[in-house]
Amino acid sequence: MTQLSVNHFLYLVTAAQWTVLLSLIAFVGGTVVGLPIALMRVSRSRLARALATVYIQIVQGTPLLIVLFLSYFGLGILGYKLIPLVAAGLALTVYAAAFLGEIWRGCIEAVPRTQWEASDCLGLNRFQQYTYVVLPQALRVAIPPTVGFMVQIVKNTSLASVIGFVELARAGQIVNNSTFEPFTIFCAVAAIYFALCYPLSLASRHLERKAHAGRN
Amino acid sequence: MSYDFDFSFLAEKWPAFVAGAWLTVQLTVVSIALGFAVGTICALCRVYGGAVLRRLVGGYVELIRNTPLLVQIFIVYFGLSSLGLKLSAEVSAVIALVVNMGAYTTEIMRAGLQSIQRTQLEAADCLGLTRLQAIIHVVLLPAMERVYPALSSQAVLLMLASSITSQISAEELTATANLVQSDTYRSFEVYIVVAVVYLALSALYRLAFWLLALVLFERKRRLGTAL
Amino acid sequence: MPEETDAVVRIAGVIKEFGPLRVLDGISFDVARGQTVAIVGRSGSGKSTLLRCIAGLETIQGGTIAVCGHAVGTPGSAARAQLRRDVGMVFQSYNLFPHLTVERNITLALTLVKKQSKEEARKRAADVLGLVGLTDKTASYPEQLSGGQQQRVAIARSLALQPQVMLFDEVTSALDPELTAEVLGVMEDLARRGMTMITVTHEMGFARRVADLVVFMHKGKVWEIGPTEELFAAPRTPEFRQFVRSEL
Repeated sequence: MTQLSVNHFLYLVTAAQWTVLLSLIAFVGGTVVGLPIALMRVSRSRLARALATVYIQIVQGTPLLIVLFLSYFGLGILGYKLIPLVAAGLALTVYAAAFLGEIWRGCIEAVPRTQWEASDCLGLNRFQQYTYVVLPQALRVAIPPTVGFMVQIVKNTSLASVIGFVELARAGQIVNNSTFEPFTIFCAVAAIYFALCYPLSLASRHLERKAHAGRN
Repeated sequence: MSYDFDFSFLAEKWPAFVAGAWLTVQLTVVSIALGFAVGTICALCRVYGGAVLRRLVGGYVELIRNTPLLVQIFIVYFGLSSLGLKLSAEVSAVIALVVNMGAYTTEIMRAGLQSIQRTQLEAADCLGLTRLQAIIHVVLLPAMERVYPALSSQAVLLMLASSITSQISAEELTATANLVQSDTYRSFEVYIVVAVVYLALSALYRLAFWLLALVLFERKRRLGTAL
Repeated sequence: MPEETDAVVRIAGVIKEFGPLRVLDGISFDVARGQTVAIVGRSGSGKSTLLRCIAGLETIQGGTIAVCGHAVGTPGSAARAQLRRDVGMVFQSYNLFPHLTVERNITLALTLVKKQSKEEARKRAADVLGLVGLTDKTASYPEQLSGGQQQRVAIARSLALQPQVMLFDEVTSALDPELTAEVLGVMEDLARRGMTMITVTHEMGFARRVADLVVFMHKGKVWEIGPTEELFAAPRTPEFRQFVRSEL
């Protein structure tokens, strides 16, 4: 057992960088997969809608922890000896895509029908309607809840610790194993998460209020 | 490459999964109920309370909503025990889940309470109802009806998040899976089975909340309209 | 003076301020038992605020209001409970409880405040619903009723508590003309039965027909007050003259 020292806290802060990296991977992955999911949800094709719905229902009905295990062990048996970062990144991507897809569907549907009709009358095709008329408007509505969801992503990267990826939560456990001061250490870990998440929460709320003010 | 799926472990291990799922249900039903109570009281403080109370509740909500449940669970289980408060894994799990559910419920119910017009309270006041009677009989149920979809989604999310309590070895569904997979080395199959059980539980909880709504909101049941 | 000892509501020098804004500036008048008083005036004259002060929904910064000899706005729940027994209030926006049936809207206070049994309360609800002509709507929810019917339920809900005085705050302003008539009919009926009523209204026809006393408010003051016939026959101030002309 070693004495708790400043070095331990520096170690936590270093590990927090991996939390940030994993969050970014999850957010980028979630965006790349989530946007098509959102578009499929509002698609005219019944099959596309059904597929996207099933995907969202399954992911939102399964604990992220289980998705992580499936990603870790599933990729393992496929013969890929994956580093935990990739397995965690994949699981968080799957998870974020489902939630972001659902958030963005709501934002696309919030664009008034008349906007579709007006752009239709101007002779724009479906793709042009999306890129020039609907998505730019949906984007404005989408920013506050998307930033809000980033808080969920950051917090949920802590689950990557269970497959051995050394991010902030895992680092906390490691430090605890050598110093055995769990209360101090996990409060410190919580404080670092808070420092990462709270600004995002504030930003989300601020943007929301601004969007509301703009509408009225 | 090929992989032979083997679910034969189920023949022997299914009672363990049932027991795990049952503990998950027990843990989460208790946590949801208590968390709802905590959140509702906090929301009332946030909307109708004095400045100090509002601040306090606001701090609680922000603290919980901006830190991971996993770390909250560690603080309750490892942290409190190191301070001399020894709690079992199950009790620690319930405490952490209640505190977590309470914070989210506070935010949801706050929105519900704020959607009820002040004039409803004034009308109750003019009829001679005390503030508490007005809140219980006039405000609470309509507020809850307005935000019921969000409340039930949050409850399902909490049920799923309860899998995290496996990390302090509360013997619920995910912990059961961890045990079975280390016994059988059929990790992928085990987690597929557990995922299916969680999906079924999610559907079950949604159904339960739908039924509960029929009991709670008599007007909605009879007229079918939103409040 | 004999009328004064009989006053149900006494308003003396009432001052009400919202921040720097003085909304009521020294209001005084009495309302005798059985009297129907119509408070009229332009919007912003303070008439609704005055009514809310009498109902104890607003605190006042000066003067006194007494209902049945009890001061309104004195701290303490006993005084407040007494006020609630004496005063019934009907709002412009009905303020029925949307999640409760018509009957439960009426019985709620009877069982919670008056501690009546369920049967007693239901019987009382049936009685007052009969008075406003809505006996068949017991099991309906507010949203299933027209605005006029909702307002009649709101009146019945107040009546059920047997108040000494009823306050009506622009109760027909949100209603179509034909629905207005049915609500005014109920109120006329109440006046005939000897209920003490103070109504803030835009309905000049109703005021002339039913009110014993008219109070014209302007800029937070009682600008003119007097028996209905006299006041309308010979307005003393140019403001009231202009108001009467514009409302016809």
